[in-house]
Amino acid sequence: MIEIKHIHKKFGKIEVLSDVNLSCKKGECIALIGPNGCGKTTLIKSILGMVLPDKGLIEFNGKTVLKEYLYRENIGYMPQIGRYPDNMTIGQIIEMIKRIRNSREALDEDLLHAFEIEKMYDKKMRTLSGGTTQKISAVLAFLFNPDVLILDEPTAGLDPLASEILKEKIIKEKEKGKLIFITSHLLSELDDLITEIIFMQDGKVHFHKKIEELQTETGEEKISKAIAQILKKKKDEQNH
Amino acid sequence: MNRIIKIILLDILKNKIVLAYTLILAVLSWSSFALEDNSAKGILTVLNVILFTVPLVSILFSTIYLYNSSEFIELLLSQPIKRKKIWLSLFFGLSLAMVLAFFIGAGIPLLVNSPDSVGVMMLIVGCLISIVFVALAFLSSIMTRDKAKGIGIAIMTWLYFALLFDGIVLFLLFQFSDYPIENAMVGITALSPIDLARIQILLHLDVSAMMGYTGAIFKDFFGTTVGLTVSFLLLCLWVAVPFFISLRKFNRKDL
Repeated sequence: MIEIKHIHKKFGKIEVLSDVNLSCKKGECIALIGPNGCGKTTLIKSILGMVLPDKGLIEFNGKTVLKEYLYRENIGYMPQIGRYPDNMTIGQIIEMIKRIRNSREALDEDLLHAFEIEKMYDKKMRTLSGGTTQKISAVLAFLFNPDVLILDEPTAGLDPLASEILKEKIIKEKEKGKLIFITSHLLSELDDLITEIIFMQDGKVHFHKKIEELQTETGEEKISKAIAQILKKKKDEQNH
Repeated sequence: MNRIIKIILLDILKNKIVLAYTLILAVLSWSSFALEDNSAKGILTVLNVILFTVPLVSILFSTIYLYNSSEFIELLLSQPIKRKKIWLSLFFGLSLAMVLAFFIGAGIPLLVNSPDSVGVMMLIVGCLISIVFVALAFLSSIMTRDKAKGIGIAIMTWLYFALLFDGIVLFLLFQFSDYPIENAMVGITALSPIDLARIQILLHLDVSAMMGYTGAIFKDFFGTTVGLTVSFLLLCLWVAVPFFISLRKFNRKDL
């Protein structure tokens, strides 16, 4: 569904992405993990066309995304830090996005009800807490029933209840056969969600493996422990 | 009307600054006409007021508005909308708002007090000047991510066209007064949209008789239909060129 071929990106002199290759199919739930500043968000933004790669190709359903925009109808994006026009209310933002999309298909308002957003429709975006802003981002990402969901740090800043609701929603969507990207630092949260894992470091993809593969290789049940073991092994190799 | 333009236009019109701008223009125009006993003098006063305030407000308001809508732009970019369309919508929204403010503030008193070709001409020129400086605002805001720097560039641009350019022209006139530079002067005015506008209006007023030999040369060029068309085209070019440069930059920008 999404093919990423030899992507390079530099911000000034700093190389953020270097020769990234990925291939993602329907029904996969992929965790994109790695240390801060390893290029996760840049990679996600390149898929969305917000960052334009210097070299390389990104294909969505077999078509390049460069200078295209309609493919974004099939993507729901939840940014890490949602930035919204300050003086608009929640209701206005949701209305506006609905009008812009002009979609005739049924809307998925599960999260809208679960987070009880309707009660806050008159609140201005400026007055919202970080967690509430995250909820709005989540609602907007799921609203149009997209085939692909890209969630950048979805649970950061959410309270345990909201974070549980969101996780249940992600599992539900995964079962519908959608492609889901999640970046997160909370590895323990990912355990019952994901089917594959991509580990990035210094703008490169270290490995892209299925969960079962990872578990049998390392002999660990928990993802966090498995990753830790791999990193440790790597460090040992470098030292010798 | 395009959905995004509508959203942007409504958002701008809600802004109290635009309302204040309209009111100030109205007060200035009405009082200029009321103070002078004949409408030609009134027009001259209005002209100077317009050529000073309209560019300043257009470029400053648009630049700040663009920086403040960075969140809005980011939000739209993750939706299925062309980049070009976002930038164009912002441009049309801002231009429409500025033209509307100018029309209500200064256009109505102009048409009431001087319902002739000069009044209409002034109206068109004022609208064009508004759009020119909106386009320049787009250029200055895309040049840098830093809001303070961007607004600084906008103010410098206005300062250059409103004050410095005239100073430079005057300096050149005195330095080269021994040479026949009148024709070159016509060319140099094309380098500033404000001067283009000013000369177009002045030549339609009787005061152009007082401008001496240079005035006669100007009249020879700008007074003709060809000259008029050329100067209008030049003003349009002042809209198109800065805007398209900014559009190109926006299309390649990482957000």
